[in-house]
Amino acid sequence: MSESVSGTIVGVNGNLIRVRFDEAVSQNEVAYAVTGSVRLKAEVIRVRGQVADLQVFEDTTDLRIGSPVEFSRELLSVELGPGLLGSIYDGLQNPLPELAAECGFFLQRGRYLHPLNREQSWSFKPAVEAGATVTAAQTLGSVPEGIFEHRIMAPFRLSGPWTVEKIAAAGSYKVTEPIATIVNERGDRHELTMIQRWPVKMPIRAYAERLRPVDPLVTKIRIVDTFFPIARGGTYCIPGPFGAGKTVLQQITSRNADVDIVIIAACGERAGEVVETLREFPELTDPRTGRSLMERTLIICNTSSMPVAAREASVYTAVTIAEYYRQMGLHVLLLADSTSRWAQALREMSGRLEEIPGEEAFPAYLESVIASFYERGGLVRLHDGGTGSVTIGGTVSPAGGNFEEPVTQSTLKVVGAFHGLSRERSDARRYPAIHPLESWSKYEGVFNLDDVAFARKLLRTGNEVSQMMKVVGEEGTSIEDFATYLKSEYLDTVYLQQDAFDEVDSATAGDRQKYVFGRILKVLKTRMNFSEKDEARHFFQKLTQMTKDWNRIHIDKPEFKQAEEALEKALAEVTDYA
Amino acid sequence: MRKVYQKIEQIAGNVIVVRADGVGYRELAEVTSPFGVSLAQVIRLDGEQVYLQVFSGSRGISTDSEVRFLGHTMEVPFSDALLGRVFTGSGAPRDRGPAITENMTAIGGPSANPAKRIIPRNMVRTGIPMIDLFNTLVESQKLPIFSVAGEPYNPLLARIAMQAEVDVIVLGGMGLKHDDYLFFRDTLESQGALSRSVLFIHTAADPVVECLMVPDLALAVAEQFALQNKRVLVLLTDMTTFSDAMKEIAITMEQIPSNRGYPGDLYSQLAARYEKAVDFDTAGSITILAVTTMPGDDVTHPVPDNTGYITEGQFYLRNGRIEPFGSLSRLKQLVNKKTREDHRTIMDSMIQLYASYKDTLEKQSMGFRMSGWDQKLLKYGARFEVEMMDLSVNIPIEKALDLGWSILADCFERAETGIPTKLVEKYWPTA
Repeated sequence: MSESVSGTIVGVNGNLIRVRFDEAVSQNEVAYAVTGSVRLKAEVIRVRGQVADLQVFEDTTDLRIGSPVEFSRELLSVELGPGLLGSIYDGLQNPLPELAAECGFFLQRGRYLHPLNREQSWSFKPAVEAGATVTAAQTLGSVPEGIFEHRIMAPFRLSGPWTVEKIAAAGSYKVTEPIATIVNERGDRHELTMIQRWPVKMPIRAYAERLRPVDPLVTKIRIVDTFFPIARGGTYCIPGPFGAGKTVLQQITSRNADVDIVIIAACGERAGEVVETLREFPELTDPRTGRSLMERTLIICNTSSMPVAAREASVYTAVTIAEYYRQMGLHVLLLADSTSRWAQALREMSGRLEEIPGEEAFPAYLESVIASFYERGGLVRLHDGGTGSVTIGGTVSPAGGNFEEPVTQSTLKVVGAFHGLSRERSDARRYPAIHPLESWSKYEGVFNLDDVAFARKLLRTGNEVSQMMKVVGEEGTSIEDFATYLKSEYLDTVYLQQDAFDEVDSATAGDRQKYVFGRILKVLKTRMNFSEKDEARHFFQKLTQMTKDWNRIHIDKPEFKQAEEALEKALAEVTDYA
Repeated sequence: MRKVYQKIEQIAGNVIVVRADGVGYRELAEVTSPFGVSLAQVIRLDGEQVYLQVFSGSRGISTDSEVRFLGHTMEVPFSDALLGRVFTGSGAPRDRGPAITENMTAIGGPSANPAKRIIPRNMVRTGIPMIDLFNTLVESQKLPIFSVAGEPYNPLLARIAMQAEVDVIVLGGMGLKHDDYLFFRDTLESQGALSRSVLFIHTAADPVVECLMVPDLALAVAEQFALQNKRVLVLLTDMTTFSDAMKEIAITMEQIPSNRGYPGDLYSQLAARYEKAVDFDTAGSITILAVTTMPGDDVTHPVPDNTGYITEGQFYLRNGRIEPFGSLSRLKQLVNKKTREDHRTIMDSMIQLYASYKDTLEKQSMGFRMSGWDQKLLKYGARFEVEMMDLSVNIPIEKALDLGWSILADCFERAETGIPTKLVEKYWPTA
């Protein structure tokens, strides 16, 4: 072992260690700090003279001056191959259930297991023949992984054309068994298995071109799909103070989003929330496929009490796996909760490195790091003509709920949609607490733009009337203005808000949204005749009640039509036909 | 015999620097000064320089004081003999009882594997409607009480502890007034709960470094009990004092402060403690209730702000009442579907109406005419505050739900409440 030792520790400060080395080291190289029988994974983050600063991904207790450090010559990478879906990994791609089987209740530092099951066999079907010419990311064959055809692709890092010298026949193979041999004109030869490794901090660029994201991604959340839509391959962020419902919104999205694969990166947040997903998803059925939701889900879980440095790694691990599945022509949604925790991890490390701090002690490079992360989302045309996409939705947890802080501001600059959650709305139990006046989206939805504009204008006017009423009181408000206010409240209550506990109301499919929105627009555009404010209020209370009941009825049931007719009748009673 | 070092190079705040070799990060040492022996812990290694935070403070330590490294990190004993005992922040007995040295386990251990956690499913009944009905406390939840100094947060904590059905209570007191410590001890004793409690108490008069140890000691003991299938309730008061102690050490160590002088890792440090709350697959559970005082009643202060992002909700204690706005139990939906079918509806409707009542109050204070609807709200709000919000109300949740219906029926017409027709038909009091 002595020849692999190439450094010794000369300083320990929290999870930062300083290491004196003799041979060459590279930036972001992985190294292992050794204490007793434990090897702790670390990454080089700065080199000065003969001393390198390393962030350790584990608790550094008991490391000593003079302890050996082994450098690996590899960048921090993930293992890609069949079997990723349905897994639960920590930020360094350690499978947590397997770790639990081995170590019990607690995470044990320095234990690194194979991310992909080495024993499982996969039924491989070749897609090329010996003698064929392949380039990077080209499909060599495929294995069925749950509901997907998992493509086994030529390594993404290949350059130039390579010739397939040997390809395995159709049959059952383990991930580590060779399935192909390729050779290039210089005579370099690679034996390939189903696994390939890719450094997490480098985007996978093996595609023909990036396209503009235009297709809407339906989330079944009405306020999102109708007012602030997301596009496949787009990016969006959800900033909000604590308790405003960021995580719940992400959880609902992860269940209902109209994509092939959902990757959840729980980054520095509560373990309990991950556990809910972890325990519930295997039981839930995916409405699109009728199979377990877990078959299309992958969880990267580096919760707040797990080592801080691995938090940063976890979002990169997640996005790299997302890009890998994108290469198979699939649509992937990456939900990162929360990017602020990752930014804080950067801040902690920057502080230990004694870098000159920027705003609120965040490092000066925060903005460019966030920008380059969100830029890894996108819709691409692959070399085979198909398309694939990575959509990134990140929550932001601004200190004090104040959106003027650096992480929120840096994020807003680079995303395509902003779903700002508001404290007043969540306090008033208006869920989802997305603020209808402050949020925005640059993507086009499926709704008629004029209708949406009409509804937004009504919300704005209603808000103005309500502000005015606080000053002049109800008696100082005209009955017309008062009716406008009640209409905007009605729209808010029966359409923008959704009952997350109700099976039907919690997820509204795109078609139903269009139908219901059309019906509600009719109500909003109706001229109504009220003689008194109390009468108007009473009418809208009744109408709200009826519409909420209607929202809870399944669209295929006969009661759906009946409730709609009742609504129409109630409306006719107050309509002003003049 | 381990080597003794006598060359202290720097003394600043509670941190000393000694030149030594072969020392492990976080290792413990004993520092002997003319005023006695104190524990100290390694907090940084820089070449041959070893930085130690001295538990009893650096007062009286001289440059030739003896430093002896112990070869292990901070540990806490574990046995049933701990029950009924009181310890200081360095783990020494505070109650003149014998020291316990059985089953020493390291504190601040690794975090629980998320794959070994289960979804919490048991409600913790407290008899307080503002908790049981509106923000149900759940076994294995971590929940802070946000409050300003002067509010009765310690009595509230004690009352929940007495009424909650748990096997073991672990109290971690940080910067407690001596009176408050005695209050907790006497309350536990008078209710016969001391025999299932362990107390780690740091009073305001004790050295600040010991304050830093309290949560870790308390949680390490709680964890051991939980592994033995016990349901443990951990009470921590006050986490703001703990954070301030952390700030003090960070500033002494010349760390770059991030927000109002607090270290950049405040979130991670708090999270490492709160995340010990757990419901284990095939073992017991830990529930954490903590007090976070908000300096200047400012919830955006770094300590309550970071806490809110970590914990599963929060209770706001204001004017002696648990505020319905802002207070939140994130786990309540896991249990409130099993209590009674009308629980969620009553919970939401009553709060929405109370919010409308607040708006009406505002209108009233500005001298506007009160409409018929406003009059109804005023009546409702007054009843709600007296019969539901008051902390002296002590009724089981079923009673609280019935009370909710009768208040609603007394104040409103059926359609005005926005409650689904199905439930109204079943529960609306007819008489």
